Amino acid sequence: MTALKPALSLGPVYYLWDGPKWRDFYFRIADEAPVEHVILGETVCSKRQHFTEPHISEVVERLEAAGKTVTLSTLAMVTLERESRHVRDLIRDSVHAIEANDLAALGLIKGRAHSIGPLVNVYSAATARVLAARGADNICLPPELPMSSIGNILQSMPGFSFEIFAFGRMPLAISARCAHARSKGLTKDNCQFICGEEPDGLPLRTLDRQSFLVLNGVQTMSNTCVVLLDELSALAAAGIARVRLSPQDCDMVAVARLYHAVLDGSMDGEEAIARLAEVYPGAVFSNGFYHQREGAAWVARGRDAALGHS
Amino acid sequence: MELICPAGTPSAFREAVDAGADAVYCGFRDETNARNFPGLNFSRQELRESIGYARKKNVQTFVALNTFMRAGDETLWYRAADDAAAMGVDALILADFGLMAYVAEKYPEQRLHVSVQASASNRDAIQFLIDAFGAKRVVLPRVLTVQDIARLTRQINCEVEVFAFGGLCVMAEGRCSLSSYATGKSPNMNGVCSPASHVKYRQDGKTLVSELGEYTINRFAPNEASGYPTLCKGRFEIGDTHGYAFEDPVSLDVVDHIDALKDAGVAALKIEGRQRGKAYVAEVVSSLKRALAAQPAERSALVSRLRTMSEGQRTTSGAYEKRWR
Repeated sequence: MTALKPALSLGPVYYLWDGPKWRDFYFRIADEAPVEHVILGETVCSKRQHFTEPHISEVVERLEAAGKTVTLSTLAMVTLERESRHVRDLIRDSVHAIEANDLAALGLIKGRAHSIGPLVNVYSAATARVLAARGADNICLPPELPMSSIGNILQSMPGFSFEIFAFGRMPLAISARCAHARSKGLTKDNCQFICGEEPDGLPLRTLDRQSFLVLNGVQTMSNTCVVLLDELSALAAAGIARVRLSPQDCDMVAVARLYHAVLDGSMDGEEAIARLAEVYPGAVFSNGFYHQREGAAWVARGRDAALGHS
Repeated sequence: MELICPAGTPSAFREAVDAGADAVYCGFRDETNARNFPGLNFSRQELRESIGYARKKNVQTFVALNTFMRAGDETLWYRAADDAAAMGVDALILADFGLMAYVAEKYPEQRLHVSVQASASNRDAIQFLIDAFGAKRVVLPRVLTVQDIARLTRQINCEVEVFAFGGLCVMAEGRCSLSSYATGKSPNMNGVCSPASHVKYRQDGKTLVSELGEYTINRFAPNEASGYPTLCKGRFEIGDTHGYAFEDPVSLDVVDHIDALKDAGVAALKIEGRQRGKAYVAEVVSSLKRALAAQPAERSALVSRLRTMSEGQRTTSGAYEKRWR
C-alpha cells in the first residue's frame, strides 16, 4: 500500500461540553492526536459560548505548541444582534484563521484568507469558485454530497484545498426552535443549558423504536456516524486535501489514529472499520450520501449490504 | 405590501392573477426549483404565455431557480436562467451563490431576489448578497421574530419579503438534509422534501402507520386524523416521552400580524403552496388580498375559512413570535 496525501483535521465540537471537559479534550488532542488542523469554537448555539470562552486561549496555545494549525469556527446561524456582533468581533480581532459557517461571515471576511465550513452550501465548482475568488482557501464540502459531485468539483479546481466530512454524526438541520429544550418541557429562551446533559446528543427514535436522529440543541444530527474509511483511497486519488473528523463523545485520539493509519497505508480500511466499532461502541455507521443513497445507509465494500443496521 | 402568490400550473397562475396577486412565482418543470413534484411546474412555452397573461393585468412574474446546482450539470440551471431572463421575467429567485454570480454577471439588469433557501438571516448576510450579486430583495428564512425583522429592515438597503401563509418549515430553509438522510432526495439537491415516492402507509392492527423511506414518521389511532409524513412534522420518541418533537402538523398563518409586519418595513408577503390546486390558490389569494385591505378587526373573519384548508387544519405564527422558540 502506498501512503495517501490528505491531512487530518478535527472539526469543532458541536455539543455542549462543560468547560473543563472541553479543555481537557483539546489538551489531549494537542498531546496525542495525529491531526494537523484543528477547527474550534461554538458553532451551534450562541447561548453556550460562555462555557468554553474562559478556556479558548489556553487550548489554542497548547494546540499551537504541538504544531497544529488552529482555525476558529463561526456560528452556523446568526439571527440576534448579539450574535452579529460576536461574528463581527471574531473576524475583526482574530489573529487566527476563520472558518465561515454562514453568509454573514462570508461577507465580512472578504479579501482575507479563510476556510468554508460544511454548513455552507457548496454543491458545485461554480459555487466554490465564487467563494475562492473572495478569499476562501479551504472548503469543507457538505456531508450530503455524493462522490460523483465531489469528484467533479475536485477535477474542476485542481490544486484547491477541499475537505471532506469523514467521521461523526452529520449536522442535518438547524432551527430557530430548540427541540432539545422542548423535549424537556423548556423553551430556547429559558433552556437552562439542558442540552449539556447529553454530550453525544439526545437520541430521537421513531414510534417503532428505530434509531433515527439525535438532538443537539437547535441542531438536528444523524443518529448514524459517518465513516468514510474504505473511501479514503478514492478520495485521496481524486485529490482531496483534508479529511475531517467531527468530535463525538468517544476516544477521538484513537479515532484519529485509525484514520491516520489508513491514510499512511499502514492499515486496511476494513480493519480500521472493525476497530472503530470498538472505539465508538454502540455507534451505527453510515456512508450513504457518498454512495448516492439515503444518508443513513451503509454500503460495505464490494457489496450493497446493511452492516450494523437493524 | 405586495402579495406574492404561488402557481404550480398555468391554470393556478391565471387564478392567482385574477384573484388579485401583485406577483406570481413559479418554476420550470425540472430540478431547478424547490417544488419539483410530478405533474407540476411550467414548460418554457407555458411560462411565456403566463408572463403575457400577467403582464396584461399589470401583474409581475417571478421565477424560482432555488435549488443548488449539481456539480457537472450546472448548464441545466444556467439555461433556465437564460430562458427566464430572455422571456423578461420580473425577478429570478435564487439560492446558489454560483448561480447568483452567473446571473449578476451575465444579466446585470435582471432583478435578483434571494430565495429563502439561501438562509440570509441577518444584516451582514444580506449586505453580502447586495454587494456580491446586486440582490434587490431577500426572502427571509422563517427563523426571525417580527421584532428581528423590524430591526433588520432598518439596517439594510434591500427589500424584505416574508412568508405569510401556507406550509411551514421548522428548520432553517436550505440548510436541512433530513429528507435526504431518510430518502436520498432533498430540497437542496432534488427540489423535494419527504417525497411521495418514498411514502408508505401500512396498517398495524387498528393503527395506521405512515413511513418515509424505512422510517416510521407517525402512527395514528383509529379515531385520529392521519396526515402526510413530512419528516419534521412527525411523532417521535425521546427518552420515555413521545410526541411531535419538532412541530405539530400545522401551517403558517400571520394574518394577525399583518400590521406589525407592515410597520416592520416588510415589502411583500409570500404565500406558500405551488403544489396546491388552483381552487386553493384562488381562495387564499383573494382572501388575503381582502384581508390586507380590511380593518384589523375584520381580518380574522375573512381568513377563517382558509384555516380549515390548511395542513392539519391548524395554524401557527411560527417563529414570528418569540415564544415559538
